[in-house]
Amino acid sequence: MVQNRIPDHPILSPKGERAVRFRWNEKEITGLDGEMISSALIANDIHVFGHHEKDNSPQGIFCANGQCSQCLVLVNGRPLKACMTPLCEGMDVRSVDGLPSIPEDTDKAKPLDTPLKEVDVLIIGGGPAGLSASVELGERGVDVLLIDDKDHLGGKLVLQTHKFFGSVEDSYAGTRGYEIGEILSEKVRALESVEVWLEATAVGVFSDGIVGAVKGSEYRLIRPKKLLVATGAREKMLSFPGNTLPGVYGAGAFQTLVNRDLVKCSERVLIVGGGNVGLIAGYHAIQAGIGVVALVEALPQVGGYKVHADKLRRLGVPILTRHTVVAAHGTDRVRSVTVARLDESWKVIPGTERRFDVDTVLIAVGLSEVNEFYLKAKEWGMDVYSAGDAQEIAEASAAMFTGRIEGLRICIALGLDVGEIPAEWEEKAIILKSKPGPTREWVSPEREEGVFPIFHCTQEVPCNPCASVCPVGAIRTENDSITGLPYMPDLGKCIGCLGCIAICPGLAATVVDYRRDAENPTVTLPYEIWRKEVEPGKKVPVSDRDGAVLGRFPVDKVIANPKYPGTLMVQVRLHRDIAKRAVGIWVQEENREPSEIFEKEPIADSAVICRCERVTAGEIRSAIHAGVKDMNQLKALTRAGMGACGSKTCRVMIHRIFREEGIDVSEVTDRTDRPLFVEVTMGALAGERGDGCE
Amino acid sequence: MDVSRYDVVVVGAGSVGVPTALAMAEAGLKVIVIDRNPSPGQGENKHAIGGIRATHSDAAKILTCMRSLEIFSTWEEKRGDDIEWIRGGYCFPVYREDEEKALKTILPIQKKYGLDIEFVPPDRIEELVPGIEKEGLLGGTFSPGDANASPLLSLNAMFRAAVYAGAEFRYKTSASEITLDKGMVTGVKTPSGMIEADVVIDAAGPYSPELCRGVGVDLPVVPDSHEGAITEPVKRFFEPMVVDLRPAPGSKNYYFYQNKHGQVVFCITPDPPIVGTDHRETSVFLPQVARRMLLLLPRLRHIRVRRVWRGLYPMTPDGSPLVGWNRKVEGLLHATGMCGQGYMIGPGIGEVIARLVTGSSTHDDGPILAGFDPSRQFLGAEALK
Repeated sequence: MVQNRIPDHPILSPKGERAVRFRWNEKEITGLDGEMISSALIANDIHVFGHHEKDNSPQGIFCANGQCSQCLVLVNGRPLKACMTPLCEGMDVRSVDGLPSIPEDTDKAKPLDTPLKEVDVLIIGGGPAGLSASVELGERGVDVLLIDDKDHLGGKLVLQTHKFFGSVEDSYAGTRGYEIGEILSEKVRALESVEVWLEATAVGVFSDGIVGAVKGSEYRLIRPKKLLVATGAREKMLSFPGNTLPGVYGAGAFQTLVNRDLVKCSERVLIVGGGNVGLIAGYHAIQAGIGVVALVEALPQVGGYKVHADKLRRLGVPILTRHTVVAAHGTDRVRSVTVARLDESWKVIPGTERRFDVDTVLIAVGLSEVNEFYLKAKEWGMDVYSAGDAQEIAEASAAMFTGRIEGLRICIALGLDVGEIPAEWEEKAIILKSKPGPTREWVSPEREEGVFPIFHCTQEVPCNPCASVCPVGAIRTENDSITGLPYMPDLGKCIGCLGCIAICPGLAATVVDYRRDAENPTVTLPYEIWRKEVEPGKKVPVSDRDGAVLGRFPVDKVIANPKYPGTLMVQVRLHRDIAKRAVGIWVQEENREPSEIFEKEPIADSAVICRCERVTAGEIRSAIHAGVKDMNQLKALTRAGMGACGSKTCRVMIHRIFREEGIDVSEVTDRTDRPLFVEVTMGALAGERGDGCE
Repeated sequence: MDVSRYDVVVVGAGSVGVPTALAMAEAGLKVIVIDRNPSPGQGENKHAIGGIRATHSDAAKILTCMRSLEIFSTWEEKRGDDIEWIRGGYCFPVYREDEEKALKTILPIQKKYGLDIEFVPPDRIEELVPGIEKEGLLGGTFSPGDANASPLLSLNAMFRAAVYAGAEFRYKTSASEITLDKGMVTGVKTPSGMIEADVVIDAAGPYSPELCRGVGVDLPVVPDSHEGAITEPVKRFFEPMVVDLRPAPGSKNYYFYQNKHGQVVFCITPDPPIVGTDHRETSVFLPQVARRMLLLLPRLRHIRVRRVWRGLYPMTPDGSPLVGWNRKVEGLLHATGMCGQGYMIGPGIGEVIARLVTGSSTHDDGPILAGFDPSRQFLGAEALK
């Protein structure tokens, strides 16, 4: 069977589930047992899951996270979210075209009382923050219930194939995100006082201090003494014509498909947004064998770590700053995208539009806190805490710290004698949350003898595993600060072990060895894409720090450090003139030039703001022009925010429209949020037990 | 402080205040409506479920709601706004002799005032509500003239019509006090200034008692709260509003219908009542109502609940509204205590109030004003509350 899967990912390996047959719109196809239905469909090149009842627009995967209802399909006659429903042998899956029907079912109801569980601490979310808090609490014997809506712990760590920044001792720097997820999960599993519920989605928090959750298919009520919300973040969306076509989605959804499910959901992608999320998604795309035509960023420079941007450039991905997406085109799914250059006042410069043929547009324009549980619980007067992105958007390494801090804070609130929260934890959390510093000029060492590392790391970010890994302690960071740039005070001390290359999360370290041939030294380059492209003898395009190709050179040798097997170390012999400038290897050599000039001026008002209810920017604007300044009235009039997701995506976009219309958002009455935050079947609420796979 | 002068000031831009302002403005009065919320219908109107029925047990409500049904049903045709009107009827299925007897007892009075309603056999109920529990089903009433519409859209449409007719609305403005001179109303004081008017209409729903206490009026209005919810939209699978009158531990009746979008909207009456103005959602409601609804209509198990909310029923001792002039304070007109039915009563009663204010009450208004008289002795009890 030919499927859109990624059998030879350079970092990840398939889990080896058995193939199962199921039906899609009466046609028999194959998927993997237990994978999410959405992934099985996309692996079969099915991207349109249905059509919206309002305007017949095609619907497909959007959040891939159970938060919206865009991926609704009929499973054995019942409307379910494809991204949260595991595939079983023989399932009958159908598209939802218009409104779904509910099955005729006259089986007598068997309602049961809903069980109420009392716990000392409930933690919602088993990502880096929730897991770290669980460890702090569990190690002190506190009774904790940790719930997570996925089928394994780790949260978004599961999707991260890249090595983490930070420090080795505090935040597993140099270890890949998904491996950190496994390490933390193991720690939590070993703690007796921590109970874990997987596939348990928190759906609401009520004024009686009770949290409602759906575990499997059962509705449960939980009354915690303390509540920790570690629900992470959700992605912000952009308003442009075509913004809801299947194929336009967030970087997180993309990473879920390619890294968690190893589904090759795209052939060619354009990325919008040059923060770390967009940069990393670009890297993940290349690792998955997906072409990246460009990454566009509206600002004059990328907002993410320079080393992440450099990694992408060195693979051959153009980064277009001062550019924005103008429109996505296609009828059933994305077929192309238009981007354009922006002027100083953020307006598109006419005539600069360029159109790329892509099937996917990744939106990575920032995250917002998933804080609805926190805010409601606060409103109800519960003793509630938040950690990780739910508290403040930052790196996962910072989330691990805020999780630990809040875990300890809860211990104190429970009256445990745990001393004070170490002051250095707070300091470290602040450092890990800090934005990258200014970029400095790269200075090449003058030495041309012996062996020594070169750090193409010119921007202060909180990261120092190179200093930790050096067996002779020869590498230091400026002022010995975690954000200082690395250097080797005495280059003569290097023993050429290559450990700094293997561990560097930015792939920004190389080692130049003049010992065998001072004229043509051996340069060791980090590489994390397909091994078959760097077999010894093969000529590879070697690039400098900014991605310019220095020439094609034969591979001498490929080494892998057993502790860091994902980072291959590729050795090439280069002339001494260029040896110190070489950093990476291009993989994207194919021409990805824009195909045509986009001529028509798109109508911005046709952009969809509320995707659940298909409410356009134009409809919102006319309500605002009619004098509406109350988001609740706006909802009553347009239905914006009335859909399945409860305004998770459109709220921020509506605020933006108010601002564009010259209205101060502080004058606008915000919408009233109510439970449920995720829809629940009446059967589950009535205490009926679901059927799962049978 | 600013002073402005009007014929009438209405306190409350909700289910009653807005249609009343519309009727008065169209009758040529200079009307202002004030509301402490930022936009129309943000008090209890937006918590309304959306049912509109003339199926009541007394003349005043039947007659008022028949007029409301007329206004709602012709709204789009006459005024152009889609208010998501559906004439799906009301169905009260019956499983016990108690409810059969109660419903059959009020049939004659309902028919006397022109209601189209019959007690129909079980197979007709099954046709109306496919999949309804057959075991023990004794039949039930069906009144095809009853209906449902969107409270949010209809109130905003009435608001726009009222503005078009010349009514003014002032939001984020609460009535600090009703001002009097020698026992006669002179207007309403607000934080942003005095509004002078010879007539003040109390359409403040659950907040009427606190509004009127300042002028020595003790209104027998006690709010209690009910929770409602709405599901995801699915293809239409039944037409009428379904009301199950049976009591169960913790609750009395509950009711549900499918709105124009295909969403099921439902609500339950807690027993004992939850008295007060607390709008905060609790964990009790959903399991309680879901169990009862599934026992009646098992296929509902497959539909997902989207959102819950709480709304207030400003209750009176007999379950009927308080509409009419205050006998002690001249110029104060009550239009409150709608007992959770303000949405369906509002448009009909708005016209009655406009005639009362302009001194043009008709013969037909008689039984309505008698039934809703705020000074009445609260002896009876409404059978279908």
